Amino acid sequence: MPVPHSAEQVREKAEIVDADGLRRAVTRIAHEIIEKNGGAKDLVLVGIRRRGVPLANRIAAKIREFEGIEVPVGALDITLYRDDLQTIAHQPVVGATDIPVAIDGRVVILVDDVLFTGRTARAALDELIDFGRPRAIRLAVIVDRGHREVPIRADYVGKNVPTSRREVIMVKVQEIDHHDGVSIGEMLS
Amino acid sequence: MIGNRKDLLGLEELSAEEIISILDTARTFREVLDRPIPKVPSLRGRTVANIFFEPSTRTRLSFELAEKRLSADTVSFQTSGSSVSKGETLRDTARNIEAMGIHIVVIRHHASGAPHYLARHLDAGVINAGDGAHEHPTQGLLDIFTIRERRGRVAGLKVAILGDVMHSRVARSNIWGLIKLGASVTIAGPPTMMPAEVERFGVAVAKSVEAAIEGADVVNILRIQLERQRGSLYPSLREYARVYGVTRERLRLAKSDVTVMHPGPMNRGVEIAQDVADGEHSVILEQVTNGVAVRMAVLYLLAGRDTPAEAAETPTVEAKKSHDEPTLSPRG
Amino acid sequence: MTSPLCLRGGRILDPARGIDRSQDLWLDQGRVAGWGEDAPAALRSRPDVEVIDVRGAVVCPGLVDIHVHLREPGQEDRETIETGTLAAARGGFTAVACMPNTDPPLDERPRIEYVVRRAREAGHARVFPIAAVTRGQLGEQLTEIQDLIEAGAVAISDDGKPVRNAEIMRRALELTRDLGVPVIQHAEDPDLKGSGVMHEGWVSTRIGLAGIPDVAESVMVARDALLAEMTGGRVHIAHVSAARSVDILRKAKARGIRITGETAPHYLVLTDEAVETYDPRAKMNPPLRSARDRDALIEGVADGTLDCLATDHAPHTEIDKDGDFDSAPFGIVGLETALGLYIKALVEPKHLTLPELILRMTAKPYEVLGRRGGTLEPGADADVTVFHPSEPWTVRASEFKSKGRNTPFEGWQLPGRVLLTIVGGRIAYREAAEAALR
Repeated sequence: MPVPHSAEQVREKAEIVDADGLRRAVTRIAHEIIEKNGGAKDLVLVGIRRRGVPLANRIAAKIREFEGIEVPVGALDITLYRDDLQTIAHQPVVGATDIPVAIDGRVVILVDDVLFTGRTARAALDELIDFGRPRAIRLAVIVDRGHREVPIRADYVGKNVPTSRREVIMVKVQEIDHHDGVSIGEMLS
Repeated sequence: MIGNRKDLLGLEELSAEEIISILDTARTFREVLDRPIPKVPSLRGRTVANIFFEPSTRTRLSFELAEKRLSADTVSFQTSGSSVSKGETLRDTARNIEAMGIHIVVIRHHASGAPHYLARHLDAGVINAGDGAHEHPTQGLLDIFTIRERRGRVAGLKVAILGDVMHSRVARSNIWGLIKLGASVTIAGPPTMMPAEVERFGVAVAKSVEAAIEGADVVNILRIQLERQRGSLYPSLREYARVYGVTRERLRLAKSDVTVMHPGPMNRGVEIAQDVADGEHSVILEQVTNGVAVRMAVLYLLAGRDTPAEAAETPTVEAKKSHDEPTLSPRG
Repeated sequence: MTSPLCLRGGRILDPARGIDRSQDLWLDQGRVAGWGEDAPAALRSRPDVEVIDVRGAVVCPGLVDIHVHLREPGQEDRETIETGTLAAARGGFTAVACMPNTDPPLDERPRIEYVVRRAREAGHARVFPIAAVTRGQLGEQLTEIQDLIEAGAVAISDDGKPVRNAEIMRRALELTRDLGVPVIQHAEDPDLKGSGVMHEGWVSTRIGLAGIPDVAESVMVARDALLAEMTGGRVHIAHVSAARSVDILRKAKARGIRITGETAPHYLVLTDEAVETYDPRAKMNPPLRSARDRDALIEGVADGTLDCLATDHAPHTEIDKDGDFDSAPFGIVGLETALGLYIKALVEPKHLTLPELILRMTAKPYEVLGRRGGTLEPGADADVTVFHPSEPWTVRASEFKSKGRNTPFEGWQLPGRVLLTIVGGRIAYREAAEAALR
């Protein structure tokens, strides 16, 4: 979850995934996680704030539906691990990080809405490792929009959407935006 | 960010919103302190200098710990107390700091206004760790943080501050912060230790320590010192203990779940009875832990302010972000 | 000998003689030769008279400041007799009385003689030395007062410090009673002052600086009024700062006690709020007090309870006045801003008329010292000040002639610009020609 800029700077162009599409993407990611892991044992889902958290909860719900297993869900706020301190000026309040179980020896699935430069995921890795030593860390995202600046790749991707740097991808979730879907927009400035 | 401030010199000039944002940030850092690795990289590459012109163990250690937990580089020096008589030492200190590329200075000094002098002469941010009898803002903040964590709120609480208010920077910072956040503050102590026109702070002045403690949610006990030059202010420690000491009996006048605080170090048996210091109402040790979290929050927020150079760079950084969101996300 | 001078077309104020009229003033051989056509015809027809056009300006007797620290001997890094008197001349003062807290203090005849000699050699204005009351100003043993007065001292004082011991004060008053000089008291009880650095009040409480209560001054004023009453001696209270002190002075005078008082400009224009930023340039002793005190002082000047106006000019080096408030020495400079500040504080709000103000800065200070002076009657010393009463100028410490730059008035716009200061018929200060006279 990258640092926001104000809504007025973006002009929404089109919805590229609707509510059903989002639901199917979440379902498919849940299946892929179960398949790759050979089941739901030792899994921990950690959502990257903000939208990664409700998405992680939805994935956990699907896994419960398919495997009957309750996968623990945590939340990670990466603000303190950012590599760009000055942008704190615009977002002083740091959200809570809450990892409810010990992660040593477990497989942690980081969940975020969009993978872009990769810096957010890198910060999440740094922070997670300060909590313990997982057996493996994997990354699940709804949209991969390209333009990586660090060598990070996602293990589970809902949709690949090539974009230009001027464009913006907005994943919306009911829990926060009162709407499910993915839109593409353009920066105005 | 604390407003758009470069420095934290006192709580008098902060708004209630600014204080609350520091407290909210401190809560996060309090959680960090409970992690297996209680450290975050936020201040990596920043250098913080702790300059203590007055002796201090607790505050200095607390700041050093906060700085290290934020991955900052720290340098500390402490002068041997009383012989700093000329302003030129403060002036030379300012020059040296500038030359060494220090980002934030934490200063404790026996002269009120010394941090203001440094703040005026340095581009580096200045945090006041106690200046004369003026303010000790991080202590005030950690006291208020402790109250809020313990009792869920600050507004509407009855807080008693007891002791030598005249010479206490801790009292002043507490009073400013508490009044701004809507608490009602009552002070009590020897009349010789009440500063001139103290009611103008918006506090009530009780005639006795019992009257102040009665019905209190929080009792904050100041350390009493009777050095030579203050000898005429009160006859003896023994008399003080008898008349103003907070004993179990006196504490019963407060609410049954009263929170007892002390900035430390304590004179056990003088201003605070032994069994009160170690009793179930005392949060004195929590204050110490909270102190590190609060100082981390202050360092973090001041380090993150827009300097003119960085502000010019910000648009480029922002252009790379791909999602829009409201700026202040509420906790949880 | 300098050539004769004619100051043409100014408004002459001679308040001691109740005169206020536009007329030319003629000066010759160090004295006032005459006014207008009353000046000797022979003088008026001389070709070598230097005529200075002073139309639009006020011409008055030279201003006198009876409370100045010239710092020489011993503290020449802060000021010398030369630089201090040049600063005085720039401020319109033709005479100053200098306090004895030099290093060594002026407590022995040769030291008084030194000051007199230095002033004659290098001074730009008249210098009247004030001798110490006690040896070393230590408050224990009286100095040889008569000897010092014969050497040239015009008063005795331990200023810088109070005469703390009431018995010593009593004896000093008795010894000076018949010698025609006052004892000038820096009224302060050191125990009540304690380690205070500013006025004790809400501001000191808020900003956490140790306070000096107003009674630290007033208890001494009361004590010395009673001692003056009992001995018949004359006491002058220096730099009065508190309402309570003015009150005591008023009551004492009503009782016929021989007590006088002075104040300084900063007490009339600033209050303790000036200290809020911890700027050491607002630190002096006695300190700036509350608005109530300031108003009482203005009233005291207006009704004559405070007899004269001084400056307590106290230069310090820049390094000394840089840094934190606590460790900075007390004192600010005042010679070059006094006239402007007094006009602003007293004449503009109509607490005093301009002639009344000039009286308090000319004849009245001389009177306090028991001397004649401060008029422009023919035959008087040619000590003259010429100034623009209302034209504004900006205070720039970098332009001061004093070595001291420690002023809280940097950047202030003030009236009362001094154009010309004449001492004994000789021009001691003249403002740069282009800007001066129109």
